[in-house]
Amino acid sequence: MATGEEISAEEFSAVVIKHRPHIFRFLLASTRDVDLAEGLTQECFLKAHRNWASFRGESTAMTWLMRIAINLQKDHWRNRRMQFWRQTRTNAVDLGEASEWLSSGESSAEQQLLARERVKQVWKAVEGLSERQRTVFLLRYVEESELSEIARTTGLSEGTVKAHLSRALARVRAELGGKR
Amino acid sequence: MNFKDKFAGESGEKAERDELQALGADEVLNAELNAELEPALDEALRNFRLSVHAWSEAVLSRPQKVLVASPHKRLARLAVGWALGGVLVASGVSAGVWQHHRQEMKIAAMRAAERERPVAQQQKQQARVEDEDLLANVDSDVSREVPAAMEPLAQLTAEDGTK
Repeated sequence: MATGEEISAEEFSAVVIKHRPHIFRFLLASTRDVDLAEGLTQECFLKAHRNWASFRGESTAMTWLMRIAINLQKDHWRNRRMQFWRQTRTNAVDLGEASEWLSSGESSAEQQLLARERVKQVWKAVEGLSERQRTVFLLRYVEESELSEIARTTGLSEGTVKAHLSRALARVRAELGGKR
Repeated sequence: MNFKDKFAGESGEKAERDELQALGADEVLNAELNAELEPALDEALRNFRLSVHAWSEAVLSRPQKVLVASPHKRLARLAVGWALGGVLVASGVSAGVWQHHRQEMKIAAMRAAERERPVAQQQKQQARVEDEDLLANVDSDVSREVPAAMEPLAQLTAEDGTK
């Protein structure tokens, strides 16, 4: 793949097809808002295309794209905070709706209900996390990224990533009724 | 500003180290994160991941809305556009013609009025002359026809007038 130079339409198309599901999934989990996640995903790839020449291949394309996505998300929330006097509309689904997506599998109705309730509790814990904790938590437990990869993506040291992850896990545990 | 600065905000390396110290030693964190999660937590996290994946896939696999105008709709829109344009042009032209027509009428009326003015003046003059002649005749007639009984009085007024 061409790095540090212009990218052809075919090559970039391949990048989008390969990485769009991951980027969208991360943004969806971060915002719980389908429209916002779609918008930010498009913006992410638009920005990546414009700045492809600055991608030097020091990290993987996925890491680079995820960095852009995290920055866009941060900018979005910052702008929203700055524009608090404007009437802003949020399409974020509630926790119950977000938990409905668990496939039933072969479990009983009672087990499904319990599992959904647990997922709802995790969503609730995630909602209460700080921005950094949430980003680290989602990258680890939704995208299943390695700690070193999370550190590269977020630009934090690995130690700080561990600390944030530990805090996030403690919060989830507490929400699930386990030890703090 | 690079990504690290942006993400970390004001907290630099030192702040990170302080934060880490406050949260706990690296070894403790390693031990905690490397240890197997409790089954309930592990299952909850797995289900959470599966639900996010399922939700995301459902959204991505739904038919995307692409707004492409159908040829019929495009033709209809074109026809409506042309019709509206035609109406606008026609109304503009007819308004111009109507304005021109009004102006022409006004000019014609002014010309007619100008043409008729000398005749009217002549008629007025003639009427004035006729009136004067009539009055003169009336004066002479009236003076001639003073009754005999009023003759002395008429003479007196004539004398006053000569004085």
